[in-house]
Amino acid sequence: MGINYIYPEFEVIRDTARCIACRVCERQCANEVHRFDAELGMMTADDSKCVDCHRCVSLCPTRALHIEKSRHTFRENANWTSDKITEIYRQAGTGGVLLSSMGNPQNIPVYWDKMLINASQVTNPPIDPLREPMETKTTLGAKPKKIERDNAGRIIDNRSPRLTLSTPIMFSAMSYGSISYNAHESLARAARELGIYYNTGEGGLHRDFYEYGPNTIVQVASGRFGVHKEYLETAAAIEIKMGQGAKPGIGGHLPGTKIVGDVSATRMIPEGSDAISPAPHHDIYSIEDLRQLVFSLKEATNYKKPIIVKIAAVHNIAAIASGIARSGADMIAIDGFRGGTGAAPTRIRDNVGIPIELALASVDTRLREEGIRGDVSLLAAGSIRCASDVVKAIALGADACYIGTGALIALGCHVCRTCHTGKCNWGIATQREDLVKRLNPDIGSQRLVNLIKAWDHEIKEIMGGMGINSIEALRGNRLMLRGIGLTEKELEILGIMHAGE
Amino acid sequence: MLREGQIRIPAGCAISSIFSKDGKNICGDRIVKSMGVMHDRSNGLGAGYAGYGIYPQYKDYYAFHIFYDNTKAREECEQYLEKHFDIINLSKIPVKKTPAITDEPLIWRYFVSPLPTKLAESQLEEKEFVVRCSIKINTKIEGAYIFSSGKNMGVFKAVGYPEDVGEFYRLDEYEGYCWTAHGRYPTNTPGWWGGAHPFAMLDMSVVHNGEISSYDANRRYIEMFGYKCTLLTDTEVITYIIDYLTRREKLTMEETAQIIAAPFWSTIAAKPPEERARLEYLRDTFASLLITGPFSILVGFDGGLMALNDRLKLRSMVVGEKDDMVYIASEECAIRVIEPELDKIWSPRGGEAVVVRLNGGNR
Repeated sequence: MGINYIYPEFEVIRDTARCIACRVCERQCANEVHRFDAELGMMTADDSKCVDCHRCVSLCPTRALHIEKSRHTFRENANWTSDKITEIYRQAGTGGVLLSSMGNPQNIPVYWDKMLINASQVTNPPIDPLREPMETKTTLGAKPKKIERDNAGRIIDNRSPRLTLSTPIMFSAMSYGSISYNAHESLARAARELGIYYNTGEGGLHRDFYEYGPNTIVQVASGRFGVHKEYLETAAAIEIKMGQGAKPGIGGHLPGTKIVGDVSATRMIPEGSDAISPAPHHDIYSIEDLRQLVFSLKEATNYKKPIIVKIAAVHNIAAIASGIARSGADMIAIDGFRGGTGAAPTRIRDNVGIPIELALASVDTRLREEGIRGDVSLLAAGSIRCASDVVKAIALGADACYIGTGALIALGCHVCRTCHTGKCNWGIATQREDLVKRLNPDIGSQRLVNLIKAWDHEIKEIMGGMGINSIEALRGNRLMLRGIGLTEKELEILGIMHAGE
Repeated sequence: MLREGQIRIPAGCAISSIFSKDGKNICGDRIVKSMGVMHDRSNGLGAGYAGYGIYPQYKDYYAFHIFYDNTKAREECEQYLEKHFDIINLSKIPVKKTPAITDEPLIWRYFVSPLPTKLAESQLEEKEFVVRCSIKINTKIEGAYIFSSGKNMGVFKAVGYPEDVGEFYRLDEYEGYCWTAHGRYPTNTPGWWGGAHPFAMLDMSVVHNGEISSYDANRRYIEMFGYKCTLLTDTEVITYIIDYLTRREKLTMEETAQIIAAPFWSTIAAKPPEERARLEYLRDTFASLLITGPFSILVGFDGGLMALNDRLKLRSMVVGEKDDMVYIASEECAIRVIEPELDKIWSPRGGEAVVVRLNGGNR
């Protein structure tokens, strides 16, 4: 046994004067940090196991606990930061690929925070959403290419299948397997109550949740787990997952240990077998193949379901999106590189892809230049954190936003970024029954409903300030945005002016 | 100072119009008088008029009204016109010098029809051909600007107060069945004649009072269909939207109004099923052409006139009727001053289009 070079990242601080040794922390911690030392008659902690998830902190009845970042440091070095050094120790010890979860935590520009929103003064009036109608209802799907009339001159409804959202926010793809049954139930119930949609991810749809079909988007990913006719027919829309913002260009791997019971049945693979999603769809090596899958799915569902194609934001995103818009897809979901994940190789997560703001802006611009923006709806994903992010995304050109991490935080997630261990103390990213039951779907769904309602109020308030009373009039309305501290090039790509201009 | 088109300039305004459903000739001095009482709604930085039925002797020809910065621009433009059109008549537009109107450009008028060979070669509909030619001139020939291009109608506009602009163009010498007018209160000093309103495209002319909050959403969508918003004004984008919906998508003026000032979803939901489906279809299909923020607009077109307010009615607009005459203006006083005894006067609700047409169709 060699020396362990890694000093714990966090320190569990316990106020012994407050601790009553009730051992709640011990029972609550799936990482087994806390232990009652019978000889000393007091609680002790193994800091090295702590992931800073705050489960013990939140449940300690006497508030005796808190977690601090360790002050222990390496000699300061701007180049060889402690992260880089520790990761080398870890890899030298194991020979493995580093794994991470949740979105990219690196200090790379968050463009949402570098854009400011307009408001009306004098020349046109702000609108008060408490007194006047303020509309955030959104319809997604391709626009008809031509007006057709019957013999009596009445317009014929020739619209393609669409989704109608009470507010332009949806819950993004998180598979059953990567998150728990109770987390899925919370999302599904909230989506139904809110009049929006949640997304199954690539793990199939649990039998119990077919009743939420009208508010469900089902995913068809490269592993094709859980895909069958009824699955497609139950859904409101079908999403082909080509890529994921957190790990563009690579597939997925759910270890066999998580493929148990219902997860195995829902994915339609044997218990204990690893669920490996290949990097590409092996029937899609080019755009014309994608077109075939789009139309296969449309055929299979009698042209009654809109098809979404989800792609990771990568360098050539505008051209790729333009190809997809011509492939028969009804919507394109773009997932930025800060998007979350249940598990991804750290190097990929932190270095591959581009921010959603730039990707969204360049796609929207390109589709308009080519005159095909009406042929698809654009969904923005990959770290939409609050109502103003939604407003900015829509002003850049998105039709609606997907939120994943935000929804999990509403369920109690503390963004400790260890989903891949499967020991989520909050009952979200785990399949351990004792942990899953900690998440009560009654409470979980209500918290999600509260969150989206709160954001909807805020969106309306911001829109009213701009003198806009319908979300349609905000879509692609880039004059409502100004950049702050951005270069000419960044402004050009975002298609906005600088503050003060 | 940047001029119109290089910078977006918000503006408040006054608008007025007169329409004779029987197609009686109305002298231009009537509309000038109506605008005069709303003097304070303008600030002297732009005004204009559109008259319909004013060129009966040339009613089958497109009447081009063009501003030139200099003779070179005129020569270049005329060369282009000769290459693409049969020019039936050309002249300076007669004006009366007044101290209130200065720095006028060269103002010329041409009655033209497209050369059949050029038209056939272009494989375009005649109207589209004319539109493309005028856009070409406005964007490619420096110092030339076509500000009116319809048949049997004409726009007259300048930098100045409405009553001075009317006098300058000698509108008392014109007669037509319909007049619309605009006085401008921009919050900046563009000082460019082309930036005054009405804004016209073929027979359609738009005057607008307001500042729309949906501008960039509308602009970026309509530009997909070959329009180029060069003036960056609300009126310009509104004109293109109406042109697109009526001429390209062949929708009626009423349907167009239900798109740009679409009823609220809650209003639509309360309609009977067939009407609900129709309104839903229009709103959903042309979602990006919904116009929000305050506006009152008057849309003149061949044989008709439409008045429309934004959905919340954030700008004043009243309609008066007397026999076959219809008067629409920002303020009631602008109607009373030319017709004190009205049969009826009312304020249309937000989003409620008032469309009047000539009895017995177009002339």
